[in-house]
Amino acid sequence: MHDVVKTRVNDFAIKLANVNGTGSASANGLLMQAIFRMGIPVCGKNLFPSNIQGLPTWYEIRVNKRGYAARALEYDMMVAMNGQTYDRDIKELRSGGYLLYDSSWPLDPDLLRDDINYFGIPLADMCTKHFGEPRERILMKNIAYAGALCAALDIDMDVVNALLDEKYSKKKALRDSNSKALLLGYQYAKDHYPCPMPFRLEKMDANSDKILIDGNTATALGCVYAGATVAAWYPITPATSVMDAFKSFCEDYRKDPETGKNNFLILQAEDELAAIGMVIGASWNGARSFTSTAGPGISLMNELLGLAYYAEIPVVVVDVQRVGPSTGMPTRTQQGDILECAYASHGDTKHILLFPADPNECFHMAVQSFDLAEQFQTPVMLLSDLDIGMNDWVVPRIEWDNSYRPNRGRVLDSEGLAKIAKFQRYNNEDENFVPARTLPGVDSKGAYFVRGSGHNKFGVYTEIPAEYQEVMDRLLKKHSAAAKFVPAPIVEKREGAKFGIISIGGCDPAVREAQDVLFAQGVPADYMRIRGFPFPESVEEFLASHPITFIVEQNRDAQLKSLLTLETGIAKDKMKSLLLYSGFTLSSGHLVEEILKEIA
Amino acid sequence: MPSITKPIAAHPTALRNSLGLTVRDYEGSMSTLCAGCGHDSITAAIIRAVWEQSIPPHLIAKLSGIGCSSKTPTYFVGGAHGFNSAHGRMPAIAAGAIAANRDLTYIGVSGDGDSLSIGLGQLCHAIRRNLHMIYVLENNGVYGLTKGQFSASADMGSKSKRGEVNRMAPIDPVRLALTLGATFVARSFSGDKEQLVPILRAAIAHRGFALIDVVSPCVTFNDHPGSTKSYLHTRRFSQHMIEADFVPKADEIVANITDAGTTAVKMHDGSTVLFRSVPKDYDPTDRAKVSAYLDQHQNEGQVLTGLLYIESDSADLHQANDTSETPLRDLPYEKLCPGADALNALQNEYR
Repeated sequence: MHDVVKTRVNDFAIKLANVNGTGSASANGLLMQAIFRMGIPVCGKNLFPSNIQGLPTWYEIRVNKRGYAARALEYDMMVAMNGQTYDRDIKELRSGGYLLYDSSWPLDPDLLRDDINYFGIPLADMCTKHFGEPRERILMKNIAYAGALCAALDIDMDVVNALLDEKYSKKKALRDSNSKALLLGYQYAKDHYPCPMPFRLEKMDANSDKILIDGNTATALGCVYAGATVAAWYPITPATSVMDAFKSFCEDYRKDPETGKNNFLILQAEDELAAIGMVIGASWNGARSFTSTAGPGISLMNELLGLAYYAEIPVVVVDVQRVGPSTGMPTRTQQGDILECAYASHGDTKHILLFPADPNECFHMAVQSFDLAEQFQTPVMLLSDLDIGMNDWVVPRIEWDNSYRPNRGRVLDSEGLAKIAKFQRYNNEDENFVPARTLPGVDSKGAYFVRGSGHNKFGVYTEIPAEYQEVMDRLLKKHSAAAKFVPAPIVEKREGAKFGIISIGGCDPAVREAQDVLFAQGVPADYMRIRGFPFPESVEEFLASHPITFIVEQNRDAQLKSLLTLETGIAKDKMKSLLLYSGFTLSSGHLVEEILKEIA
Repeated sequence: MPSITKPIAAHPTALRNSLGLTVRDYEGSMSTLCAGCGHDSITAAIIRAVWEQSIPPHLIAKLSGIGCSSKTPTYFVGGAHGFNSAHGRMPAIAAGAIAANRDLTYIGVSGDGDSLSIGLGQLCHAIRRNLHMIYVLENNGVYGLTKGQFSASADMGSKSKRGEVNRMAPIDPVRLALTLGATFVARSFSGDKEQLVPILRAAIAHRGFALIDVVSPCVTFNDHPGSTKSYLHTRRFSQHMIEADFVPKADEIVANITDAGTTAVKMHDGSTVLFRSVPKDYDPTDRAKVSAYLDQHQNEGQVLTGLLYIESDSADLHQANDTSETPLRDLPYEKLCPGADALNALQNEYR
């Protein structure tokens, strides 16, 4: 065995290479959750294929006592459980790192490296000996390697056992097999290797006010708290779990206590064309309604997003972005829908976008999406992504203020209508250029005909140039007015900064870490994270106040930079793109080197 | 222009419905369709039916897609909200609207291009969902607004105004609807108000999706010799196969139910549809028999009209989903938000 690795506590990364459909997700999740419960900052990234069974899948766990939650690019431990990828997995291990492999079979001599440590556990042999069912033998290999890792990393076995108790409280047989497999791996590692290993865990108290949750679950919860009652969707990776979670929360919280009836209705549409149509219909009729989708769905929804924009109907669309174009890579992450969403649909259209950076923000911005959509009577798109949506993140507990009441915007009821001589749909706008609307089924005086065809401010069909233009001009002013209401950017300044960094969404952990790394090297940088579009004034001010600003985003064509160029008065040569768009999430390592090179 | 307004003046002796409203109170703005367009007759029939049913105008919601037919909701019930949506997308908009408020009477108007080409998928799924709505398909076999292209309902061998012959098989909305499990299927002719009004009234009383295919000749582009959707052709080949009366809840059934084939179907609102003349062995509540009968006779070139099929006790969207009786959009926020304590308790599971 090599012994070159210095002792490192709560600061290392593990990569687990598995075959999908073999039950590894449950073992990997168990490890992640156990580390979280030990109070240690941790992040987990699931890199999985668009497949049900048999293809390679990886899980990365990064432990970092300072709380950096971006992906690591170097691994101290590789759990190599997939013969198909053995070759490249072994290559990715850092020098002096540890390779956990199934020693039931000898390793291919061609793959041996002399600068790493071998941590062989006869997983298949153990499980064949101790378990009877073929499926169980496969599943329990995962729990057995988790047991070996508990020994190697000094994961608290009491914490792990408590987790198993909770998970299998109603399935004693499963609880017993899991405990048995866990102990098999644990004991073998203890008996054959010096455990714990040089990099290991020690309990901390960093997580007492935190939760471990994925963004899609948090988004769905936000929709429940916002008071959404109608949801329409078409299944699509990586957005499906938004609606799965919404359904499950509705089953828990929206069964009427008196009647037992459902105070919600979820429509699984025939396609995304229909899903967005249903949301428009429900919103027109006064319900808070939303859909969840990914880029391919947004492409289809373009048509009716234009209708909702022009007819001024509130709509909430959750876009959990994945890799495009076309089908692209459905299970990989990207921020590739920024421009498409900003200007979705033909003709002159502009939409309100919100960019959450983690599950906690997914919750709050989901609620805010409904308020903005109804306040401005227009589509609002919440641009999450696969990394935020489907990975478990350690985030602050979600706080809820019981005094919250939805902002339903300007809606005239019979009483309101009685006070006016005549209702005119697109006339009498408020200071934000928003007119009052009426709901069907309330009062004949408020009746009007919604149309996507040319209309004047009275809501009446028109082909008269000035009348058409008057409405279009107000729509533009209305969109601009929303800049004051979208979440403000978050700015992190550094003394003596010579340049700026602007980013959005899930890039945040990597950028914050890069900012610290650069600062430690004597290169201070200011950082602004944009959280909404239309851009608040402070965005232009930030760009203007730095000679150069790096725009960090996860797409090929620098979409955020394009949007900044189009929508601010800043010259594009004051911005420099840093792009990562290969489908895996950003690491600080991607940024530091590039920035140092650029400013040298 | 649809913005042209009509003078509101009701004759003092005009008949009033149980709400005290005259037929004029159910009218909309002036039609801008071609003089003699079948669609205008359908509009008149819709006005008549909702007036006779005494539905308060504000409790009606009108929806349409794009096309000549989809313009017509402006021409009836001006006191109702309307939604002229996008081409072929009305069924989805209607599904969402119905989900939000189950208490309104939804009248969808569409055409053969809107429903059978660009919106065929949405129509199919609206039928499958059994949305509680009346869906009037104003069928003229032609695209009027774009000047005379064949639609998907054009019959094989039918000629366009320019003399081209359609070589593709038509999509028949009636047979399609039967296949998809539609719970109310009818066909009528725009020129036959006597038949259409009772069908519309029965459709209003029906709980679920009521498809009414109405052959509605296009006087400008499809009313020539060689067209199978012309006035002449329709008058010659259409056959009232099924004669049905609509009997409102309050009225007593006095029709002579003596014919052997007569069937009375009780509607969920207490009204009755009385089939007083149906062909021998024809049962309007037996989907398989209706389908077989239509297949046989339509293949011979006949256009069979009437309330062809009815299933009065099926579950609509809301029943199938066990949704709150109170419209979802009327539920107070306090009933919808679980609150801070529930959120705290829930988050203990995310640790």
